[in-house]
Amino acid sequence: MNQTTKRGYYGEWGGAFIPEVLYETFRELNDAFAAAKADPAFWQEYVSLMGTYSCRPTPLTHAQNLSRHFGGGQIFIKREDLNHTGAHKANNVMGQGLLVKKMGKKRVIAETGAGQHGVATATMAAKFGFACTIYMGEEDVARQRPNVFWMEKLGATVVPVTSGSKTLKDAINEAFRDWVTRMDDTHYVMGTVCGPHPFPEMVAWFQSIIGKEARVQIIDQFGRLPSRVYACVGGGSNAMGVFQGFLDDAGVELIGVEAGGKGLDSGRHAARLAGRDASAGVAQGYKTMFLQNSDGQMTDTHSVAAGLDYVGVSPILTDLWQQGRVRFAAATDREVMAALDMTMKNEGIIPALESSHAFVQAFKEAGEMGSDEAIIINMSGRGDKDIFTIAHAFDDPSWKEFIRKKGKEYGA
Amino acid sequence: MELNSQIKAALADPEKKILLMTHIVLGYPSLAINRQVIEQMVSGGVDLIEMQIPFSEPMADGPVIVKANQDAIDNGVTVRQCLDFAKEISATYPIPFLFMTYYNILFKFGVEKFFQEAREIGIKGFIIPDLPPEEGEEFFALTRQYGIDPVMIFAPTSTPERMQELSRFGRGFIYCVARKGVTGKQTDFDEEFNSYMQRCRANTDLPLAVGFGISRKDDVDSLIGRADIAVIGTRTIKLVEEQGVDAVGPFIAGLR
Repeated sequence: MNQTTKRGYYGEWGGAFIPEVLYETFRELNDAFAAAKADPAFWQEYVSLMGTYSCRPTPLTHAQNLSRHFGGGQIFIKREDLNHTGAHKANNVMGQGLLVKKMGKKRVIAETGAGQHGVATATMAAKFGFACTIYMGEEDVARQRPNVFWMEKLGATVVPVTSGSKTLKDAINEAFRDWVTRMDDTHYVMGTVCGPHPFPEMVAWFQSIIGKEARVQIIDQFGRLPSRVYACVGGGSNAMGVFQGFLDDAGVELIGVEAGGKGLDSGRHAARLAGRDASAGVAQGYKTMFLQNSDGQMTDTHSVAAGLDYVGVSPILTDLWQQGRVRFAAATDREVMAALDMTMKNEGIIPALESSHAFVQAFKEAGEMGSDEAIIINMSGRGDKDIFTIAHAFDDPSWKEFIRKKGKEYGA
Repeated sequence: MELNSQIKAALADPEKKILLMTHIVLGYPSLAINRQVIEQMVSGGVDLIEMQIPFSEPMADGPVIVKANQDAIDNGVTVRQCLDFAKEISATYPIPFLFMTYYNILFKFGVEKFFQEAREIGIKGFIIPDLPPEEGEEFFALTRQYGIDPVMIFAPTSTPERMQELSRFGRGFIYCVARKGVTGKQTDFDEEFNSYMQRCRANTDLPLAVGFGISRKDDVDSLIGRADIAVIGTRTIKLVEEQGVDAVGPFIAGLR
């Protein structure tokens, strides 16, 4: 990683634009994180926890049917869906949980978009005995109902956020407002490689477990490095996770896939780096490329996938994009449904709507590659949580009938 | 005149035991209403006014000001309109006006261009809650070049060392956040607050303003002797919402 001398910066991106009231809290957090990072025993404890509480190492699956179908590169899928709670989010959350224990705090808060980070945080809080409050945009609460249900059952308080666009960025603002009130006993478990330093570095560190494993696995199973690695990018945590395994391998092309929504020219998307609508800005505590208007007001984003529906993107990825190390593409909502359908039918695997974005771009390119080449798609999570959205998008008649019956049962 | 000397001159008035600074969100509910509210505030005896240029992500603000920011943007108010309005207002009234906003507004406008305009308008100071000194190299250089005071923020969590460091960067006055949390909630002016204010006073030579949760004459009175400026933020926004513009002047006049 091209980290310049100024702390918390990646090229010209990153930083810590925080209100003064949090200065001491960040100083403590930086110290605790630096100590953890310098201590090999901490990483061992983390790996051991992920091996016994989650399903690490997650498998790397050779998707033989899809590979045959496209007749090009060999498609391998890194199965982050098999983590406990069904997504890569568990990696970061359990790591931060260990850090919270070391700092002696008793309460955790988090923002969530798709709900996966919220569920993972609620799970971690239950396991470690922390109080837990999750901030979630009202719009996301509505479209990710199953995850809200599980967070509450796990003992967390879910607070619907009604300000702004009622999505992920607004949940982040609200989590900060909680934190500035209760920083003494509370840690904010930032869910992605965004926000003020040290969060991008910290979350990237915990997620690097994905790439470390994937690198060993592909060499083991395929005999050499992949030609390309694909990952969807909302904030960018699963992408940073898998990319870090291959950043130093110049021959491995890294491709981040953003939410193309209704299309890059529609104004209804969340493509920061693949599109032309984003510009440099400072918000939510860090500097990156934001979808904003000429006054610097953040604009509304759109994606069928709540977890990608975000105005900013990791400062680390923005730097890698600027250096030309990571290529960016976008997948539209429509393409995502087709790729999801194809993956389910051919491989018996149900990727989350977020992860399906990476599949779209891999499918577009697999055919042009030689059969002696391999590609890795990072499947950041499983699609079960999206059952309402996916069923709706497929306009599935038997599902609708089920919902009608349930509605009747509850006297709707 | 520099903000610091203006404040000291105003404090020299034996009638004034403490100065009053009020807060308005530009464009909420409209610039036309802002104009009337400011007139009421000045006639009610306000000494300084901070004008917030709305931002879509007001991280350090509480629900009332968040909503005001959002409604102002939804109503279509632009940074250009805010600057033009500020120019008119600053030319109309003799009191010092400050801009409060988040850093992205300056960054996107062009930081130096923003300073140039602010100087032409006659703005005396900037309050930028998400710009700590560590991130403000360009900003602080420009504050000296353009003679606009950077108002630094102290928080109850700030250590004496940190206060001294902030004080070195700050000019005009120090904005002491009365308690942890965001704007708009009640503050207890208790013993803990007392010792916090003593810590603030001991670690800077600049005048002290206290904001967050000041809404009544009692609050203002309890600050006399501890602070130089009482900041009334959320309360007047609510007052306009609940009782209309004309309630503002009498409310301000009744604060001391």
